[in-house]
Amino acid sequence: MSIMDLDRKSPAKHRLQVIDCDIHPAMTSWKEIHPYLEKRWIDHLAVYGSHLRHAFSEALSHPRMSPDAARVDAYPEEGGPPGSSLDLMRKQHLDPNGVEVGMLIPLRWNPGSQRNLDFGAALTRAMNTWQVERWVKQDPRLRASVLVAQEDTDASVAEIDARGGDPNFTQILLLPRTDEPLGRRRYWPIFEAAVRNNLPITVHVGGTNGHPSTGGGWGSYYMEEHHMVAQAMQAVMASLVFEGVFERFPQLRVVIMEGGLGWIPSLSARMDKHWNRLRSEVPHVKRPPSEYVRQHVWFTTQPMEEPGSAAALLDLFDRIGWDRLLFATDYPHWDYDDPRYSFKANLTEAQRQQILYGNARRFYGFDK
Amino acid sequence: MQDPQAAGPSIGLQNAIDCDLHPAVPSMAVLLPYLDEYWREMVSVRALDRLNLSLTSYPQNAPLSCRPDWMPADGTKAGASLAMMQRHVIDRYKLRFGILNCLYGAQVFHSEDMAAAFCRATNDWIRDEWLGRDARLRASIVIPAHNTELAVQEIERRANDFRFVQVLMLVSGEVTLGRRQLWPIYRLAEQLKLPIGIHAGSAYRYAPTAVGWPSYYVEDYIAQSAAFENQLQSMISEGVFAKFPDLKVVAIESGLTWLSGFIWRADKTWKGVRAEVPWVTRAPSEILRDHVRLTAQPIDAADEREAILRLVDHLKSDRLFLFSTDYPHWQFDEDNALPAGLPDALARNILFDNALATYPRLSKADQPMEVAR
Amino acid sequence: MTRHVVATVDQVPPGQRLLVTVAGREIGIFNIDGEFFAVGNRCPHNGASLCKGRIVGLVEASQPGSYQFSRKGEFLRCPWHGWEFDLRTGKSWCEPDRTKVRSYELKVEAGETLVEGDLRAETFPVSVEKEYVVLEL
Repeated sequence: MSIMDLDRKSPAKHRLQVIDCDIHPAMTSWKEIHPYLEKRWIDHLAVYGSHLRHAFSEALSHPRMSPDAARVDAYPEEGGPPGSSLDLMRKQHLDPNGVEVGMLIPLRWNPGSQRNLDFGAALTRAMNTWQVERWVKQDPRLRASVLVAQEDTDASVAEIDARGGDPNFTQILLLPRTDEPLGRRRYWPIFEAAVRNNLPITVHVGGTNGHPSTGGGWGSYYMEEHHMVAQAMQAVMASLVFEGVFERFPQLRVVIMEGGLGWIPSLSARMDKHWNRLRSEVPHVKRPPSEYVRQHVWFTTQPMEEPGSAAALLDLFDRIGWDRLLFATDYPHWDYDDPRYSFKANLTEAQRQQILYGNARRFYGFDK
Repeated sequence: MQDPQAAGPSIGLQNAIDCDLHPAVPSMAVLLPYLDEYWREMVSVRALDRLNLSLTSYPQNAPLSCRPDWMPADGTKAGASLAMMQRHVIDRYKLRFGILNCLYGAQVFHSEDMAAAFCRATNDWIRDEWLGRDARLRASIVIPAHNTELAVQEIERRANDFRFVQVLMLVSGEVTLGRRQLWPIYRLAEQLKLPIGIHAGSAYRYAPTAVGWPSYYVEDYIAQSAAFENQLQSMISEGVFAKFPDLKVVAIESGLTWLSGFIWRADKTWKGVRAEVPWVTRAPSEILRDHVRLTAQPIDAADEREAILRLVDHLKSDRLFLFSTDYPHWQFDEDNALPAGLPDALARNILFDNALATYPRLSKADQPMEVAR
Repeated sequence: MTRHVVATVDQVPPGQRLLVTVAGREIGIFNIDGEFFAVGNRCPHNGASLCKGRIVGLVEASQPGSYQFSRKGEFLRCPWHGWEFDLRTGKSWCEPDRTKVRSYELKVEAGETLVEGDLRAETFPVSVEKEYVVLEL
């Protein structure tokens, strides 16, 4: 591309102070995790690669409309995929956007969806160490997430306990498309370990489990696949509520990440309404579902809703609860939200500060 | 007895068009006269008539499947009695029309031929035992949606009987509803001015959610609204409405309030990825406004009146919602089938005008019996 | 209205682009088969550096399943959310009336006419032998 890269002057209207809850770090090459991976699994990865429940061993089921699902301007000059260069991440995102804390959400290899459970668990251990060595130690603003291979609960619990005391880790990362809905009891030891280690459970869009993206089959287009991630998140929330996870683990805190926001009030109301009719089936659910959501669940803001009317957006925030919203950019992905421009409404300075910074600061305990 | 017109909108419910009534097939015995000799013998040899073909989506005795005060005292299936339906809803609200959506196992048999035979029998039975006995009733055509050819034949069979006003499909079947293999169904429906009624419910070919099989029925039911979102996104993305510009789709028993989140997300996605589907030349919300109508029970909100007004604002239309009781499903209590306090013009649209505009065959009342083609 | 010399013609070959700053504004200069177009470097949606986006053609469809491809190289796809902008008009494809990027008038002029005329060449001296892209602001 013959284009001069000029530094853009950021508008001085707001001095930004941001906690970005969703940054995707990438590997320049997969050899980056070799130092942290046992030889057996280095060989396995080289020979067999990823072994997932879908048609492509390495690629996603529906090719994205942007390569690597990334911003076109996020490719490092020195090569490597978007998100692999700390220098560029600093120059393009952390510095100009006033990011004081950035949460790393590594998605490569999909360890939780690996059919070979031992391989998945080995990947999580390696990628967890990689996050600390390659990123957090290089930039004190960054924080790691504990990856777990959730279908192997013993291994997951061991990894959570191993990382729980390490302040470099702020949360446990799961992808919604688990083999079974996340609230089912097979996953409860993970929640127990989360509470024991005082770490929230973060559910970020992704994963692959062999189930079609809709209850009526697979969509043809990425346009559909992109839409349905919000519906998968709804099913995760319903599962956590109706399985009684929040009754059993009253200290559990959950972050729904990149699932969209528009559906939250309607799903809460839908769960309340039909729980009222059907509560005899789920006597362990003691309170209206919306109360559990309001008490236990936080939501990251990206991709920001754009209802076309500022009033509708503010009404949506009112109904979700302003204190539940955690700002995220999704850097370096294509549907990135810029902290300056992505709210299509006039927020007060206090509201803006609360979403961009204050809520996450309190939620992750950075104020302590 | 309380005055049924005292609840609900100030203009009352009289002459309303109820777009979602569920007649129940009491037992397979009633269908036998409409099956051919082969299938009658199979019913006997395989004892098919001893199978309970209630759908997993609507367990026969689940509180949602039947409002407690509408439950027959004699243990028969809710919705099986025309007399009770008349007493509970049709006469009580002095309905002008009521549209029957029969949810029965016929449409979900894995055998396409068996499904076609039992769908045909179900439609014949509806014609004789319901449409033939109450002139206010209309019906949806039940089809074997997983075999397009057989589905088309069944629709053609009903083409000249104007009391069949709609084609009925479950929201979750074998393929996403926009897929081109289904288009002959849509082409014929458009020609015959039959909207496609998409009703909550699954053939359970797959887990009802992308995250697998939930433990509880209540989760399955909650997931229905997500299924509607996904299927509308499929129909829009595949270009069903570009191909069939006069086609209408009615989302039945979808819950309604998911609509706001749906159009926001769908519109935003479209702006970024529309080059993948260049036939989608307008924002999904605009396509929805032109082609999709929705029945107004249940309304997933604590304050249903506020919810409808909010939707009218977000969707920029008061033409989208159709009155329904969802009888005998338990969606409302007493006579609160439509929330009180709606502006009269909006209530009038929901109760009467929107349905007349959606179902062109409705107003061709009192047509003669089915004509062989 | 001031005229600015922003580039020599051979600096921006067909299919290529150049980002320049004119009177404090970042502007992308695009050469589409010898025709020059200029748009502002700020996506009206969320503020991305629009001119870093991919240069694409226009795909339309007479019906589902048909892909009619035309105007190769005449659209700019935002590097973030992928909104398409017509380089000839600055209008977005999805919301042509509501969402547009500022577009600017460009002319190609010979160096000799420029040397004599009244113009501002901010970035480089003008020589008589070359052809220049001139932007009116």
